[in-house]
Amino acid sequence: MLKYIIPLILFIVLAVFLALGLKGKPGEIPSPLLNKPAPVFSAPKLNAPNEKLSPADLKGKVWLFNVWASWCVSCRAEHPIINQLAQQQAAIIIGLNYKDDPEAAKKWLATLGNPYNDSVMDADGRIGIDWGVYGVPETFVMDKQGIVRYKHTGPVTEEDVQNTFIPLIAKLQAEP
Amino acid sequence: MKLWFFVLILLISAQGFAIDDHQLANPEQQKTYEIIISELRCLVCQNQTIADSNAELASDLRRQVFEMLQQGKSKEDIIQFMTDRYGDFVLYNPPLKTKTALLWLGPIAFLITGFIMIFWFIRRKKTAAIMPIDKDKQEKMRRLLSENNESSAENGDQS
Repeated sequence: MLKYIIPLILFIVLAVFLALGLKGKPGEIPSPLLNKPAPVFSAPKLNAPNEKLSPADLKGKVWLFNVWASWCVSCRAEHPIINQLAQQQAAIIIGLNYKDDPEAAKKWLATLGNPYNDSVMDADGRIGIDWGVYGVPETFVMDKQGIVRYKHTGPVTEEDVQNTFIPLIAKLQAEP
Repeated sequence: MKLWFFVLILLISAQGFAIDDHQLANPEQQKTYEIIISELRCLVCQNQTIADSNAELASDLRRQVFEMLQQGKSKEDIIQFMTDRYGDFVLYNPPLKTKTALLWLGPIAFLITGFIMIFWFIRRKKTAAIMPIDKDKQEKMRRLLSENNESSAENGDQS
């Protein structure tokens, strides 16, 4: 009897581990920033380098922080979706132009459309480090208190917008 | 000749040309720097440390470590800074927590299971060897063996 049970148990254990391995996404690292205040920065705007923007300016508003760069291929794939999201005017969208050449970035927005209320420049990637950015694109959602409530790694898809972003934004807009 | 060429190539590659260009004035700090960067994971290329990787993010993180050391920050401060931003995942040696218990204790559990299995098999084999054989069977065995000996003696020359 034992002769059959032991291999069976070993098989089940192995199968469970392999199944978990299939489900896990090693590319997605849980962010320790969740439910913490948005990291502080004060960065020059892409379209007006003399003006600065900081998260404190957005207090009382639900806002998205989308990390992008003109050199980033996945950002190009994601861009139409962000454009659509901007058209719905559900929340303010701030772009973080990550380690990019400002001229290339401006050209990119001129060609593909500009969904951002503002983009700020992070030429040397320091703001990126403070936000725990490790792969572009990344998208954060902040509530009216300036708390990070959600982080999405990789390109946002239409499904993500419908199933995650829109419901979350609606919920956060209803909060005080 | 060919062999020597390969040996040479291997020797060169084993040097693993240092990607890093930061140099701290204080040799003690330089050592700390090297230890820290070999304990932080490059988040883009997940199975490399930031010391090994030439990804952009790895070089930015090395710069961050370098600057923090220059500011007189301790190793603990820097590790804390990194985990605050990237989580425990950034550490090559994850801390022992309930969430990582399986990771730390799993191998020990497997080792113990292995020892128990070996012990169990050896004991079973031993008891099987001592098992007594009844008289009838012993008699039969002896007969068979002697028959075998006779026949092999007859065919002795040929084999």
